Amino acid sequence: MHAAGVKKLSTSLKYDSPRGFFCGIGKCSSCLMRVDGVPNVRTCIAPLREGIYVDMQDKLADLPDARFVGEPKKKIETDVLVVGAGPAGMCAAIESAEHGARVLVVDENQCVGGQLIKQTHKFFGSKQENAGTRGIMIAKELEEKLRELEKTGKVKVMTDSTVIGYYEGDKRHRFGVVERRSDYSSVFYEVECNSVIIACGAMENMLLFPGNDLPGVYGAGAVQTLMNVYGVKPGSKVVMVGAGNVGLIVSYQLLQAGIDVDRVVEAAPFIGGYNVHAAKLCRCGVPIQTSHSIKEVYGKDGVEGAIVVGLDAKWQPIPGSEEKVECDTVCLAVGLTPAIRLLSQIGAETEFIPEAGGYVALHDDSMQTTVKGVYVAGDSSGIEEASTAMIEGKMAGLSAAISLGHKSKENQNLLEQYREELEKLRAGPFGEKPRAAKTKITSFMEKKR
Amino acid sequence: MKGYEKNGVLSLKDIRLPSKKQLEKGVAILECVQEIPCNPCVDSCPVNAISMKNINAVPVNDFDKCIGCGKCVGLCPGLAIFVVKIKDGKASITLPYEFLPVPVVGDNVEVLDRNGKKNGTGLVKRVVKIGKTMVITVEVDEKFAMDIRNIRVKK
Repeated sequence: MHAAGVKKLSTSLKYDSPRGFFCGIGKCSSCLMRVDGVPNVRTCIAPLREGIYVDMQDKLADLPDARFVGEPKKKIETDVLVVGAGPAGMCAAIESAEHGARVLVVDENQCVGGQLIKQTHKFFGSKQENAGTRGIMIAKELEEKLRELEKTGKVKVMTDSTVIGYYEGDKRHRFGVVERRSDYSSVFYEVECNSVIIACGAMENMLLFPGNDLPGVYGAGAVQTLMNVYGVKPGSKVVMVGAGNVGLIVSYQLLQAGIDVDRVVEAAPFIGGYNVHAAKLCRCGVPIQTSHSIKEVYGKDGVEGAIVVGLDAKWQPIPGSEEKVECDTVCLAVGLTPAIRLLSQIGAETEFIPEAGGYVALHDDSMQTTVKGVYVAGDSSGIEEASTAMIEGKMAGLSAAISLGHKSKENQNLLEQYREELEKLRAGPFGEKPRAAKTKITSFMEKKR
Repeated sequence: MKGYEKNGVLSLKDIRLPSKKQLEKGVAILECVQEIPCNPCVDSCPVNAISMKNINAVPVNDFDKCIGCGKCVGLCPGLAIFVVKIKDGKASITLPYEFLPVPVVGDNVEVLDRNGKKNGTGLVKRVVKIGKTMVITVEVDEKFAMDIRNIRVKK
């Protein structure tokens, strides 16, 4: 639809202003539309099929009668349920299965890989974490391993499926899973497991300014998804907000896609991402303006331009420093918030930890939360890098396998080895935030005991 | 605060530079000045010229050991390594290039400095693929040896 020029997907409840999609990965609700009569479909992750009818829905859509097929409900039993098949989830599933557990992986996207499938840049880290390999290739390697394990029956992968809730069980954990079929109908499953690993990633942050809901204001992940997954240009001229690694990397990928990046603005007085990423942009002639932000975005049915403003030492706009920049896309790369809804519904204790990106589930050094048998890994446990998410995934997967009775000296040593790898990756100055976050999480955990 | 922390652009003072003699041989210049957890350059070096104290340390190239082969140019995830060789008043600069179209040997392409400013044109001398990254060698006047770090190929 975006490729065909349809950017307005709904209107706001109060002022009827046009709205488009924002996150592009099925995490927010700004793309809800009616598809073949079914309201509240997240169109950003709904597969396109010939002959479907997509229309804007009434603001508060009437819900049709539930149409679950395959009644009575189906039941799946497994040792370990992994929610989310991104870098953390895939590593968790592989590790658990390789150490003797039967694993079910559930992901709401059409394919596994999470955000890795849109990372066309080479990864940092060391050999163990696939350094020098492009993210998309890492996703392929992990998927191959997962599919091998699936052939042997140790792993089952369900894509296009969402874990919708947690139900208390006697001894085991119980979850409801809805699988979406290609005709937009759904099948409901009850999943019973001994352990669950929550690795459902994070949500893109929004920034407050007038016009932030105009079609054309997109999250960085959404822009990456359009370009690198669907091969659709998000726009022709972009202003990037945020000079962390995400903002810098996505700006460079926009250039690679032949899109003009006018500038990168960053509210902080310094560039937050790696200099090597910033330098790549500078060499292409894209200016990075620190102590600058977006004052507003203007346009009628979509973005027509942005007002960029300088900030003083107290991060306040400097009057008279406004500059009008014509553009059709404003891309927000202003941080992420861990997705913890399922964890809090399970009852895992959470705390607000700014260095982790918001509320996170407390966990120990085996990635187990305050609920026995419930583990967390990756961005859901605190915003960090894919390289550390993969190690956390392995730790959660191995810990879950150990708790199922696959305890051995070898496995304990391996777990310790993963802990050391994590520590190494976090040891530098760019690891300061995650170090602080994990220290706080550990001290909260100790208090709970 | 360092200048590059504000605008992203390194100055020559931030970078460890080789001597004139080492430049005549042709060596890899590592424009990687921050402590980030990354070490593929160390693994890529066939003569063990690049070393790091730990995975977060800044890599150091032993210019006397370095043979200027350019393997690290194609493997550095940060695209931060350039081989510079000076001979007969010309500087050949070997750099990573991730855009289309890929130039061919003999092309005259625009050459850009660390700010992306055009500084004339250069002659493409070599085009190779290392891993999945295109590595281009472009020849410019000797005086631009430490400035030119990118090319632009007209479609």
